[in-house]
Amino acid sequence: MPGIRADYMGMALSIDDLDGENLAYFKHCSQHNFHLQKCDDCSLLRYPPNTGCPWCGSAKATWTPVEGKGEVHSYEEVHHAIQPAFKGHTPYMVLLVDLDTQKGKPSDVEALRVVANLTTPDGVLAPPEIVKTVGIGTRVRMVFADVTDGLSLPQWTVDETAAQPAKPWRYAQE
Amino acid sequence: MPLPADTDASTPKYLRDKYAIVGVGETPYTRGSGKTTRAMATFAVRNAMADAGLKNTEIDGMLSYQSGDSTFAPMIAGDLGIRLNFYMDVFGGGSSTEALVGIAIGVIEAGLCKTVAIFRSMNGFSQVRIGGTGARAAAPVNGDQLHSRAYGWQSAGQMFSPTFMRHMYDYGTTPEQVATVKVIHSEHASNNPKAYYKKRFTVDDVLSSRIICKPLHLLDCCVETDNATCFIVTRAEHARDLRHTPVLIRGVVGRCNKPRMDMHYQHGPISTVAGHYGKNILWPNAGVGPEDVDLTGAYDAFTFTTMLQLEDYGFCKKGEGGQYVSDGTMRLGGRRPNNTSGGHLCEGYTHGMNMVIENVRQLRHDIDDSCPCDAHGKRQHTYDYREGGCRQVKNAEVSANLGWAMPGTGSAMVMRRG
Repeated sequence: MPGIRADYMGMALSIDDLDGENLAYFKHCSQHNFHLQKCDDCSLLRYPPNTGCPWCGSAKATWTPVEGKGEVHSYEEVHHAIQPAFKGHTPYMVLLVDLDTQKGKPSDVEALRVVANLTTPDGVLAPPEIVKTVGIGTRVRMVFADVTDGLSLPQWTVDETAAQPAKPWRYAQE
Repeated sequence: MPLPADTDASTPKYLRDKYAIVGVGETPYTRGSGKTTRAMATFAVRNAMADAGLKNTEIDGMLSYQSGDSTFAPMIAGDLGIRLNFYMDVFGGGSSTEALVGIAIGVIEAGLCKTVAIFRSMNGFSQVRIGGTGARAAAPVNGDQLHSRAYGWQSAGQMFSPTFMRHMYDYGTTPEQVATVKVIHSEHASNNPKAYYKKRFTVDDVLSSRIICKPLHLLDCCVETDNATCFIVTRAEHARDLRHTPVLIRGVVGRCNKPRMDMHYQHGPISTVAGHYGKNILWPNAGVGPEDVDLTGAYDAFTFTTMLQLEDYGFCKKGEGGQYVSDGTMRLGGRRPNNTSGGHLCEGYTHGMNMVIENVRQLRHDIDDSCPCDAHGKRQHTYDYREGGCRQVKNAEVSANLGWAMPGTGSAMVMRRG
């Protein structure tokens, strides 16, 4: 496959032509489908895409559709952006989300934990009034921020249809 | 020094106390060194040689670590008239310090060389900003980085914060407890003439400083400085002929990992760090336990990293790190002082080197504070730890350094007074 070069929020993003795993992953994302590699030997899914199974070491895997729903496992709120692209968007949130799929496997402290920003339903970084409502326990669903042909970034938005915790856990000093 | 009965070790016990750190040296800790990393490294290695009483012809091994931001060992050796039988420049940061001691022991033991100078030289403020600002922040985002940097998840503070936040959630750790790490290290720095920041801070100062990346305030984050640092490793029998009381190496952990370093967050609990695994190498190899340790050097890239490592290496029960770092244990005069130089939060940022250097001087009972010297130049420590005073730990016999690269990777070392 040819490589990809594109601009996202003023950042130069690229995937090299040799990087088959990321090209395949983001191609699915560009079709607004979330796929992960499922090990042909131990049947466990893994994230992010890579070249072998972290659970059993097998080289054989099959891209498998996975539901983009889960719960915030941890988060941070960036107030001092480092990258120029994010300077105008503070505070922004980075979420570590436990997917419902495969949660508690292979042991009860594990889950597929997918990293993305908190965004609005159309995949744009969430404004401060939404940021301050989200914390550990918030239910989220995956949306996609389109970048270019063959590349969309998975993002998280608050799941409007899910039962939400009365008060998600937020950092104490607020 | 009383030691507990030997326990099973995963490396041969005969290496315990067979190697020593015999010389330490550094440049001033500055912001704006006005010097190349080559000039600074040469200065630091020369200082460490002078401290040890070693001639350039007696150093035949050199190790350094860097991330494309420094000068390679052979250049420094050449500038010092050193002919090397072994050298290696390793890619990496904070988990390298103790790991390189392990490599030095290994290559000496294997007969590749006899005496190794380990250095780290960095213009971490004026050239390659350790906080990640500047040129690196704007670098294109490629391949695997699309799962991190594309989300504005790039700097050390940003990468580590989900761990810090989750520890608060899992264990009820409070911002006030964690802020106490900065308070204590700043007290220590106020007794360190070399420290870049000598001002004492309060918990309120930390909590009212601006938020960088929640849960990190500005004063939860370490400083960025320009400096080079060095220490020298050789056989203990050689060490006894040199200038100082040798500081013997009991055991080392080198870049011990949680599972899967490309994405350690897949493996829980995420509020657990690499020390959880490292402790099972460190204490058996060293033949001591946390209760035998008189002072620690728990890496303080952030206030949280000190706490997480002390907890996972077993200085307190899991989840009680907040209590441990705030109950006075790690203050000078307390049961087990931590980072008596002020560490990375106050003295200067060296990727772990200054914490080893500090503990070597502590174990020599010759810390460089403001206490008066006798007629022979030997410092007469007062053990009065008030601001501007002493920072020598009384009767320091055993130290533990806990080095950090990220939640999933760490190194460690136990040393004792020889």
